[in-house]
Amino acid sequence: MRLAVSPENKPILIASLFVVAILFAGTAYTLSTTGTAPLLSPGYLLQQLQTGSFLGICAAGMMMVILLGHIDLSVPWTLTAAAMTATAVGGEWALPTALAVGLSVGLLNGFGVAFLRIPSMIFTLGVDTVLRGLMVAQTGGFAPQDSATPLMLYLAKERILGIPVAIFVWAATSIVIAVILTRTGFGRSIYATGSREAAAFLSGIRTRLVIVGAFVVSGLCAATAGILLAGYSAKAYQGMGNSFLLPAIAAVVLGGTHILGGRGRYAGTVVGVVLIVLLNSVLSIMQMPEAGRQIIYGAVIIGMLLVYGRNQRVTS
Amino acid sequence: MSQPIVEYRGISKYFAGVRALEKVDFSCRAGSIHGVLGENGAGKSTLIKIMAGVLRPDAGEMLLDGRPVSFAEPQAAADAGIVCMFQELSLVPDLSVADNISIARPPRRFGLIDRRAQVARAEALLARVRCEDIDPNALVRELSLSRRQMVEIAKALGRDPKVLILDEATSALTARDVQTVYDLLAELKAQGVASLFISHRMHEVDQLCDTLSVFRNGRHIETFAKGDKSERDIVRLMIGRDVEAQFPPKPAPVPAAERGAPLLSVQGLAWQNRLNGIDLAVHPGEIVGLGGLDGQGQKELLLALFGVLRDVEGAVVIGGRKGIPGSPAAARSGRTRIALVPEDRKTEGLMLAMPIADNLLAASFARISRGPFIDPARARKAVDDGIERLRIKTGSASDPVMTLSGGNQQKVVIAKWLMIDPDIVLLNDPTRGIDVGTKQEIYRLMRELANAGKAILFYSSDYAELIGCCDRVSVLYGGRVVSEKEGDQLTEEGLIAASLNIDVEAA
Amino acid sequence: MHQPAWKRWLQQNLGFASALLLLLTIYLVYNMLHPRGFSSAVAVQNANETAAIAFVAMAQTIPVLMGGLDLSVGAVMTLTNCIASEFVNGSPAEIVFGMIATLLAGTAFGLANGLIVVYGRIQPIIATLATGAIAIGLALIVRPKPGGDVDGDLGWALTNSVWDFADTYGLADGGDAWWLRPFADIPMPLIIVILVTVLVWVPFRRSVTGRTVYAIGSAEGAAFMSGLPIARAKIAAFTLAGFFAACGGLYLAIQTSSGNADLQQAGAYTLNSIAAVVLGGTSLLGGIGGAVASLVGAAILRVISFYFRILDIDPLLQPLIEGLVLLIAVSFGAIRTLRVKNKLDLFR
Repeated sequence: MRLAVSPENKPILIASLFVVAILFAGTAYTLSTTGTAPLLSPGYLLQQLQTGSFLGICAAGMMMVILLGHIDLSVPWTLTAAAMTATAVGGEWALPTALAVGLSVGLLNGFGVAFLRIPSMIFTLGVDTVLRGLMVAQTGGFAPQDSATPLMLYLAKERILGIPVAIFVWAATSIVIAVILTRTGFGRSIYATGSREAAAFLSGIRTRLVIVGAFVVSGLCAATAGILLAGYSAKAYQGMGNSFLLPAIAAVVLGGTHILGGRGRYAGTVVGVVLIVLLNSVLSIMQMPEAGRQIIYGAVIIGMLLVYGRNQRVTS
Repeated sequence: MSQPIVEYRGISKYFAGVRALEKVDFSCRAGSIHGVLGENGAGKSTLIKIMAGVLRPDAGEMLLDGRPVSFAEPQAAADAGIVCMFQELSLVPDLSVADNISIARPPRRFGLIDRRAQVARAEALLARVRCEDIDPNALVRELSLSRRQMVEIAKALGRDPKVLILDEATSALTARDVQTVYDLLAELKAQGVASLFISHRMHEVDQLCDTLSVFRNGRHIETFAKGDKSERDIVRLMIGRDVEAQFPPKPAPVPAAERGAPLLSVQGLAWQNRLNGIDLAVHPGEIVGLGGLDGQGQKELLLALFGVLRDVEGAVVIGGRKGIPGSPAAARSGRTRIALVPEDRKTEGLMLAMPIADNLLAASFARISRGPFIDPARARKAVDDGIERLRIKTGSASDPVMTLSGGNQQKVVIAKWLMIDPDIVLLNDPTRGIDVGTKQEIYRLMRELANAGKAILFYSSDYAELIGCCDRVSVLYGGRVVSEKEGDQLTEEGLIAASLNIDVEAA
Repeated sequence: MHQPAWKRWLQQNLGFASALLLLLTIYLVYNMLHPRGFSSAVAVQNANETAAIAFVAMAQTIPVLMGGLDLSVGAVMTLTNCIASEFVNGSPAEIVFGMIATLLAGTAFGLANGLIVVYGRIQPIIATLATGAIAIGLALIVRPKPGGDVDGDLGWALTNSVWDFADTYGLADGGDAWWLRPFADIPMPLIIVILVTVLVWVPFRRSVTGRTVYAIGSAEGAAFMSGLPIARAKIAAFTLAGFFAACGGLYLAIQTSSGNADLQQAGAYTLNSIAAVVLGGTSLLGGIGGAVASLVGAAILRVISFYFRILDIDPLLQPLIEGLVLLIAVSFGAIRTLRVKNKLDLFR
C-alpha cells in the first residue's frame, strides 16, 4: 500500500523519520559504550528541548522572512542587542525593552527591504554589523550590568509541572506563528508575496507592509530568544547570538520551506529544529570533535535535501 | 509535391499520466508555410516542443529528411536546422542584441567571442528584417516588446533554419513588422524552408499559410490545403462542435447626450513621455475599447488608473470623486472599486505555484475575514462560487494554478476580481494567447458585467475583438486619444486608419 | 538612435562607474590625509590587506551573476589557507607543488559545489551553506591549531614591491634592470590580482560558458531555450569560485605565513565578499556586473578600514562606523528605487 503524501508534507515526514533514526542511532551508541540510554529518558529530552527552544523561536521568525523569499541575517545581533539592553535596563522594564529592540530592528529591516528595495541579504547584514557596532561602542567590551532579571531567569530555567517554562514560551510562539500563517489574511499574503510579489501587489495586497510585518515578527522572535538565552546563561554577553543564524536557516529549510519563498509549513520548521537539536546532542554524547561535527552537519543538510527530491528543471 | 522534411510517426507524450499528444502522425513539407490550429491544450505546443528538442516523446519516432532523429536538448535541434521562436521570448534581457543574436554559436577569434564580428553579423541580420533602427549594442531590456520580437526573428534567421517554427510570433508586432515577417516567410518558402506557423489569429493563418492542420485534445484531426474549408468549418474542427456567433449581441447605442454621468472620467492624463493628455469617459453599462498600435500608451493608461504609476498628472474622476487611487490596494477597496486584469497573467496575474483557491482569494482576504482571522466557511464558499461562475475546469481547488490550461488560468484571474464585485473593470488584452472557446466566454462575461451596470475599459491588440465587443473604441496614438469610433464607424478600416493616425474622412 | 559607445557603456555600467569613482575619491583623500603622504610602502601595505578579500569577492561574483550565492567562499578560503600553510614550503619544486595542490583543492571543492547544485538540484545558497560547514571541518582536520610554515622568501617576495620580488629571486639584475624601473614600486599583490583577473576572468567572460552565466542570471528559461549549456555553466561558475577562493586562501597563507581554521573568520570573509560584490555594482539578482567590479567593491571596503588608522578612531567605534558605511552605501541603491515611476519595475 502506498500512502499519498502531498509535496508539502513529504519533507516533514522524512525529517521526522530522520529524527527517530537519530534517536535510535544515538541510543545504540550509548548502549554499546556505557550501557545506558539517556536519549530516551524524558528528563534528558526535555532538557535538550529547553535549550532547543532558543533556536526554535529564532527559526520561527526566520521562517516568516524566508517564506517571502528574503532572509534575516541580523538575527544574531538582534538577539544579543535585545538581551544586553534588557539586562542593562533591568527590573520590570527589561522585557518590554528587549521586545522594543526587536520591534525597532524589524521595522528598520522591513523599511530597508520593502521601501528602499535593498536586497535583504545585504541590508540585514548591514543592520547586523551596525547593531554589533552599537553594542561594542556602548559597552566598551564590558556590560555595565549584564545579569538577567528574575523574570528572565524564571522564563528560561524554571519548570511548570516538570516541563521547562522555555518550552512553553516556544510552544506559545509556535501557536501564534502557525495561526498567523494559516488563518489570517496577513499569513496568506506572506505566501502570496513570497510566491510572486508583482501578482500579489496587483491583487491589491499591500506587499510592502506584509514584508515589514514579517521582519517585525522575526525581530520580535530574535529578541524573545535573547531574553531566554540571557536568562539561561544568567547574563547577557557579546556574541551570544552568533551560533543561532545558520542553524535557524538550516532548520527552516530542513523543514521543507523553500528558500526562495512561497512554500512551506510551520510544522516542518519545528521538526527541523528538533532534528538539529537532537543531532547536536548525539554528537556531544559521542564527544565528536568540532571538525567531525561540522562535516556531519553539512553532510546531513545536503543528504536530507537530496532525499527531499528535486526542484523542477526550468524549461519555459 | 515535395517530400516531407519533418515527419512524426505515432508520437505520444504524457505529463504525469495526462495525455498531451496521442499517437500523432504529422508531416510538413519543405518550401511550405504550414499553419497549426487548435485550442489551448490541443497539443500544439507539445508538438513543437518535441520538434525543437525541449521535450522528448514517450512513444513514436520523429524523422528529419527521412532519417529518425532524437534531440537531447534545444541546441541539438538547432544544429539539425530546426529553429524555434517561442511564445515566451527566448531573449536574455541583460545581454546585448548582438550577443543574443549569436548567443550559442558566436563568431570566435583565438577561442574567445569576437565582439566585432558579432556586431557585424547582428547588423546584417537586423537589416534583413528591416530593423536597422535597432542598435546591436543595446541591451535587450532597453527595447520594447515589439522590437524584441523582431530581434527574436533575426536571431532565428541567423541560425539558417531548414524548419522554422513560429509560436505566436507576431502577437506583439506592429502592422509594418507583421508585413515584414510575411515577406520574409514568403522568401524563405521560395528557398525551400518549411515554416510552421502557430497563431490564434485565424485571419492571419488564413492569409499566410498554404497548408493547415487542426489539433484537438492531443490528436491530429485533419490536414488540408488552404481554401479547402471555410473559416466556420475550421472552427468546428478545432472545438469539435458548432459555434454560435462569436460575439454576444450589443445593446442599442445610447446617444452621447443621454448617457448621464460617467463612472470614470479622465482629462489630460499625462505620465512621463508615454501618456500625453488622454481624454476619456466610461459610463455604467458601457464597454469602451482602447485601440491603436501596440505601445501607444494603452497599457500605461490602465496601470495609471489602477494606482501603479507614480507622478501621474491630469484630472481623473472616479465615481464622483476626484483623484487616482494611490495603489492597487486603494483602487480595490475604494468606494468605487476597480479591478485590473493585467497584461501578463503568468507573472502579474497569478501566483503560479500556489493553489487555485489562494489565487482566487488573493484580492478578497478582507471580505472573508472576521477581524484578522479568515473564516474558512466563507473562504470555501467564495472559492466554490468563483469556480462555478467562471466554469473553471479544475480537479481540486488546492491544485497549483499552473496545472490549469492558459484559458482556465485567465478565468482564475477574472474570478479573483469578480469576488470583490468591482464597479470598474480594466482589461489589458485578456484574450491574448488563449483559445477560442474561452475567448467567447470572456466576451459574454464582459457583456453580462456591462449589463449589470459596470464600466469596462478594454484594451485588445485584436481589431476584430474590439469591433465585436465594444460600444465605443478610443484609438490611442503617441499617448493621446486621436479618434473615437462608435456605431457604423466602428470598422476594421476605420480602426486601422485611426491607428496609423491618418484621417480617412478628411482625405 | 545609436548612442556613442562611451555613453552607452556608462548607461549600462552605472553601478560599476560610481563604485570606481567612489574608490578613486576615497583613496585619493586617504593618501592626502596620510601623515607620510603617498609612498610605495603604504601602497604595498594597502595592497596586501586587500588581496585576500579581493579574491574572495571575485569568487563570490560568479555565482551571484548567475542569480545564486556561494556561502562557502569564506570557508573554502579558510580550508585552502590551512592546506597552503601545511604544504607551501621546502624545496622550490615542493613549493610549486604545494601552491598547485592548494589551488587544485579549492577548485575541486568548487566543482563539488557545482555538481551538488546541478545534479542534486539544491538551491545554491543552502547547498553552499552546508558545504561551507564541511570545508571548515576539513580545515580543522588539516590544521587543528593555528600556525604553519610558509616559505619565507616566497612570503617576502610576493608581499612587497616588484623590486623586492626581483631582488629575492635575483631576476632582472636583482631588480635593477632599466626596463624594470618603471614598475619597480608597484606592489606584488596588485600584480598578482591583475594577472589572475586577466588570465582567468577575462577569457571566461568572453567564452560561451561565461556568457551563459550571465544569461542564467538574467533569464534562465530563455538561456535554456536558446541552447546555451546551462549545466556546464553552473558547474563552471562554482568551480571558478572555488579557484578564486583558493587564490585568496593561498595568498593569505603566504602573507601571514600561517593557516587558521577559524569559523568566525570564514563567516566574516563570506559576508564581506557579498558586501564587496554589491558595492561594486553587481546585482544580487544576477545578470549584471562582473568580477572587476567586485575588486573595486572589495577595495572600497578595505580603504574604509584604512581610514581608522590614520584618523585615530576609537577602536570601539570602528565596527559601528563600518556597519553604518556599509548600510549607507547600499542605501544609495535606493535612489534608483525612488526614481522608478512604474511600481511594477520594482519587482523585477
